[in-house]
Amino acid sequence: MANVLDDRRYAESHEWVKIDGDIATIGISDYAQHALGDIVYVDMPEVGDEMSAGDVFGAVESVKAASDLICPVSGEVVEINEELEDAPEKVNADAFNTWIIKVRISDASEYDALLDAAAYTELCENE
Amino acid sequence: MEEDIKITCLHDRHVDLGAQMSPFAGYDMPIQYKGIADEHNAVRNEVGVFDVSHMGEVRVKGAEAEKFVNHIFVNDVTGAPDGQIFYGMMCYENGGVVDDLLVYKVNDSEFFLVINASNIDKDVAWIMRNAEGFDVEITDESLYYGEVAVQGPKAEETVCTVLGIPVEDIKFYTFKTFDLDGEKVVVSRTGYTGEDGFEIYGSHDFTRRVWDKLMDSGVQPCGLGCRDTLRFEVGLPLYGDELTDDISPIEASLSMFVKLDKPEFIGKEALARQKAEGVTRRIVGLELEGNAIPRHGYPVEVDGTQVGEITTGYRSISTGKSVAMAMINKPYDKLGTEVEVRIRRKTFPAKVVKKRFYDKNYKK
Repeated sequence: MANVLDDRRYAESHEWVKIDGDIATIGISDYAQHALGDIVYVDMPEVGDEMSAGDVFGAVESVKAASDLICPVSGEVVEINEELEDAPEKVNADAFNTWIIKVRISDASEYDALLDAAAYTELCENE
Repeated sequence: MEEDIKITCLHDRHVDLGAQMSPFAGYDMPIQYKGIADEHNAVRNEVGVFDVSHMGEVRVKGAEAEKFVNHIFVNDVTGAPDGQIFYGMMCYENGGVVDDLLVYKVNDSEFFLVINASNIDKDVAWIMRNAEGFDVEITDESLYYGEVAVQGPKAEETVCTVLGIPVEDIKFYTFKTFDLDGEKVVVSRTGYTGEDGFEIYGSHDFTRRVWDKLMDSGVQPCGLGCRDTLRFEVGLPLYGDELTDDISPIEASLSMFVKLDKPEFIGKEALARQKAEGVTRRIVGLELEGNAIPRHGYPVEVDGTQVGEITTGYRSISTGKSVAMAMINKPYDKLGTEVEVRIRRKTFPAKVVKKRFYDKNYKK
């Protein structure tokens, strides 16, 4: 079973979100990186892009397929992880310490509505 | 999983090896074992083995076997030596493709057709229907045969030493029939990877013994994931992507396999017209700037107007470049033409190139 950390929340589409003040840091779960296999490309938005919760903000791509990244919270993209442009495999190596984008959130309740570690673990076990 | 999904005679082996399994052409097939890139590189640099038992096999026998094969097949088998193999397509009257296939000439009155798994029912019905009036007997032997493909620069050595089958004398695109373990086994120097290699057709029991010997000797099992990346890099078409009932062999840039000087074959008139008048679109290669990966169905644009779409695309495992095959309207199909590929929210510059992204390494 893939690793799940309880210091953050999760979307049903397998992104994780960690909150620090009004900044949400977003990545994909260990379960997701494992299911995708070797990641060869991470498509990211531009700093300044406005996201609504549920918007596609990019994609993680394995050799075989592209998988959409869905923004679990609304807000403005304030930073993207430029390291991933040349080293997308970092997501495979350590999904929970490899963030993809940071968003200044406009509605904190969207974070509270995400799955906690226990609920996310259950979701993964049922997939 | 669908209730009526089929399995090959090696299915339990794949599961035991921990393969990632997925439905393909109605079969539960291995996509990868160790990883697509590792398996791809094993075939490019050493040797790998694929379970391709899902492929279909049809035997055509009878006094008019050659005449009939020439009727349904765009390539020309006339007067070929026994043991010769031909690649080509079966077409509809309008030039669209029923399937692409290999035709093995056993002798003047017997041919062995190897067809795509996804098309077996459609192909057999098509072949039977068109056989009316010909002195031939058609047998669908798909359920009898298992098939493995041993591919890579060390394929010959592997088949000779691990399997004990003497294949040194088998030339590219020819086959031999061997009496092994009390049955007739067909071995051809063919494949779908751009590397040297062999395809071995036998009973399910024989196929299982072959697979187990290869595993015991440490040959890398390879899934359908790298089968696609390997064939793509050397510009080989896949039915459903570069060939469909709506795409002719001329449009697919495969006219070298269409022998318009034959007296007749199904689709000849339409294909001759396309060849003479020119087609309005064609499959070409594209090379993208940057790292974004083009995928099947993504639009190709010029000045914001769509002029085509991607049929297959990858980050090439062998070269690291983002490349694709695409169906492009004329005149944007010319080498060096600058186009853009739409990938999600953005477009990326690309250039029309030859649809061979890696040089074939056949042993002829």
